[in-house]
Amino acid sequence: MEQTVNTERKWWGGGRSPFNLEYGKLMMWYFLMSDAFTFGAFLISYGTVRLSSNSWPDPNAVFNSFPFMGHANLPLAFVSLMTFILIISSVTMVLAVHEGHKMNKAGVIKWLAWTIIGGLAFLGCQAWEWTHLYHQNAWWGSNPFMNIDGSVSSTNFTNFFFTITGFHGFHVFSGVIINIIMLIMTWKGVFDNRGHYLMIEKAGLYWHFVDLVWVFVFLAFYLI
Amino acid sequence: MEHNPVSSEVTFVHHVSDADFKKKVRKTTILLSVITVIELAIGLIIYNMHKGEHPSEFLITLFKGVVCILTLAKAFYIVSVFMHLGDELRNMIMTIVVPLLLFVWFIGAFLWDGGSYRNLRNSYDPHHVERTAPSKDAHKAAGHHTEAQKPGVAN
Repeated sequence: MEQTVNTERKWWGGGRSPFNLEYGKLMMWYFLMSDAFTFGAFLISYGTVRLSSNSWPDPNAVFNSFPFMGHANLPLAFVSLMTFILIISSVTMVLAVHEGHKMNKAGVIKWLAWTIIGGLAFLGCQAWEWTHLYHQNAWWGSNPFMNIDGSVSSTNFTNFFFTITGFHGFHVFSGVIINIIMLIMTWKGVFDNRGHYLMIEKAGLYWHFVDLVWVFVFLAFYLI
Repeated sequence: MEHNPVSSEVTFVHHVSDADFKKKVRKTTILLSVITVIELAIGLIIYNMHKGEHPSEFLITLFKGVVCILTLAKAFYIVSVFMHLGDELRNMIMTIVVPLLLFVWFIGAFLWDGGSYRNLRNSYDPHHVERTAPSKDAHKAAGHHTEAQKPGVAN
């Protein structure tokens, strides 16, 4: 794939984009890279504080509830559902971008709508989880859970949990808004008139990034 | 080579057929789901080990390490297939991936720092050690939210 020093293709000789990418899409990539550092800083500070503590609450004992299941002990079940919702909505976004390549307006509308539904479902799950924890007296500055070794836990656990999942949830929310705007624009034929569906690709990059971040949030808060 | 309507400076190379693309997406979806299921299984194993009498610290750390590696594999597939970074020019991939290498230092340095702070406090701050010691009547499974328990003081 070393095409940079090819006599037929002088990528850096002017007249063509060196990265063969449209400006807006390239800038979306760089924005996502900077956003990755923001999330990285959050998650790493969480790791630092957790490692500096002698003990920490057990995520499986904290996140063990499921809607309509009463007090049944179901560790990891609800967050698995959330994870799968996000993975599937990422797949439908891939299909929407693909239909965009083929200039298939109906296909883009169909898959984009499914992606929005997936995003809303995820936000609904997160709202339920936050409400449930709030009723257990967990919030910023308030931690009702014990450490795994039985010692009293500091509020670091809930502070980091609500800050980081909240920041991610805000990304999901803005992603859903962006996708809704894209759906309306597709509906009105803006991209057909423009002759390309590159905006769908850029919205898709953002949406996949939200899924990518969740993979790490899931790891940091629920699995380890 | 077809010309992109955006600008003549950008040329798309789409030599993937529709069927091949769908197959790749399906394969990646199944892969991500299977990895997630394995992660969940390991998570439940860790949960049950903690419930046991003498959980092996080594095994738990090992399982957690495996989950971290599986997560990195998931991240790789999302970025390279779903976000199509794998299909871009090599120079473009490098401008994204090389700056992210800072994370190697970032994670290593800060986690080390956290561990060091913990050791220093345990060595030189008797009050901290006393405050974070498990209480005698609390060897039942952690996580029970005791309503009477005052929320802990921030460190």
